[in-house]
Amino acid sequence: MAYKEVVVKKPLLLIILPYASLILFFGLWQAVVQFGIIPNTLLASPSQVLTTFIDKLTNANPDGATMGAHAWTSIQEAFLGYLLSLVIGIPLGLAMGWFNIAEGLFRPIFELIRPIPPIAWIPLTVFWFGIGLAGKVFIIWIAGIVPCVINSYVGVRMTSPVLIQMARTYGASSWQIFTQLCIPSALPMVFGALQLALAYCWTNLVAAELLAADSGLGFLITMGGRLGRPDIIVLGMICVGISGAIIGFVIDQVEKKLLAGIRR
Amino acid sequence: MSDMKLKLRCENVSKTFIQKGNQEVPVIRDITLSVYENEFLVILGPGQSGKSTLLKIFAGLEQPDTGTITLDGKPVEGPGPDRGLVFQSYMLFAWKTVRDNVELGLKLRGVPAEERRKTAQHYIDLVGLTGFERHYPHQLSGGMKQRVGIARAYANTPSIMLLDEPFGQLDAQTRMFMQKETARIWEQERRTVIFVTNNIDEALFLGDRIVLMEGKLPGTIKTEYVLDLPRPREHTGMDFLRLRKEITDNTELVL
Repeated sequence: MAYKEVVVKKPLLLIILPYASLILFFGLWQAVVQFGIIPNTLLASPSQVLTTFIDKLTNANPDGATMGAHAWTSIQEAFLGYLLSLVIGIPLGLAMGWFNIAEGLFRPIFELIRPIPPIAWIPLTVFWFGIGLAGKVFIIWIAGIVPCVINSYVGVRMTSPVLIQMARTYGASSWQIFTQLCIPSALPMVFGALQLALAYCWTNLVAAELLAADSGLGFLITMGGRLGRPDIIVLGMICVGISGAIIGFVIDQVEKKLLAGIRR
Repeated sequence: MSDMKLKLRCENVSKTFIQKGNQEVPVIRDITLSVYENEFLVILGPGQSGKSTLLKIFAGLEQPDTGTITLDGKPVEGPGPDRGLVFQSYMLFAWKTVRDNVELGLKLRGVPAEERRKTAQHYIDLVGLTGFERHYPHQLSGGMKQRVGIARAYANTPSIMLLDEPFGQLDAQTRMFMQKETARIWEQERRTVIFVTNNIDEALFLGDRIVLMEGKLPGTIKTEYVLDLPRPREHTGMDFLRLRKEITDNTELVL
């Protein structure tokens, strides 16, 4: 006698509103530049950006690489740094939340490093790694690991103490409570960390590329500035925005799937 | 009761909590009681009478300051699977289905999957949740969640069941229905039960014996009633109402 499933329809207005908002935004933008309200030397119109985009797909001039090459550099850097921060940050945070030894060992160092903005590491990383891939990955790793550790730690700490007592009365060992109770109940927080860390990684990637790079989306933006080409600047910005949104959307979908049982 | 087998023995148990760092709050003092095999013992008392603390001590979640607890002749020193706890708040794993929740204790003990499933199904059927095996806790009503809690405790085949105001969060109708269900389940599969409640009707409906706690801290045992009312009981039976009045008259309300 399971419940019957029905399809709930969304009102039409709520379905079209997001699209209408986007169309209105780009329409206004186009008009503002087209009619000279903002001079073209300060801002490029969406149609100009689109033309530049199509051109840049195959043309490496004037900044030294095609669109695809820039995007590939950025994605590589972001993905590696992001992955490293998850792989190290989440287990570290989870362990700090449950094992007093891990907390005592890592918390002081973590609290010391945490307030330093990742960008402050750039000069040192240029010394250590030059302006290639490794340096940027390091910056992004520093940026992403902070929310991973904090959220995982808090997630474990927020496990209901009565639930822990209950598990103990069923004879669960400390390790069993950690793996079977604390980690699942920390998962919503951990997924929050995935989103947060991504935002941190992505913004710091662009910042790192602005200062020290020879390719990548952030570098494209810098070059647009140096060459006095607003269309290239805006193209770089939009690409950063869209790629970030796509990755965020994918994580959101994965989260919804995995946490089906917890969400109400 | 001397012809019955002793299950749990609580001897001269006292407990004091330290509050706000330095204030001593005596919670229970000098409690001595025995529970016999397959007996349904109700510990009845108003709020702040130390009854939940006493149950936590039986469960091993709190250590008594003085006195000893023995279960099946062995001293209780910490929590263990020989005592099945049912809490007031349902305490289910939100990310597990009804079946997986019921299987919890068995899984922790390393019982093979097939046997686990069979045992779990038996107790899911017993508490009347057949068909809800794959549901998650948030899809269930309060009464159903507490059935899962009861099935989970039963499935672990504990030596004794400890229920701490299990129906405290339910509405009045569901509560009465769950009392009937508890009586039915218990008569179908007898276990030794200690049931803590502040509800006189509940105590009278379920108990073989009622231990009445004094209505103030530190909690002490005021008196004991042995109920030889036939089962199934009725909330409006003559003997039921007579005893209800007797216990009510013996309980002072502390506001």
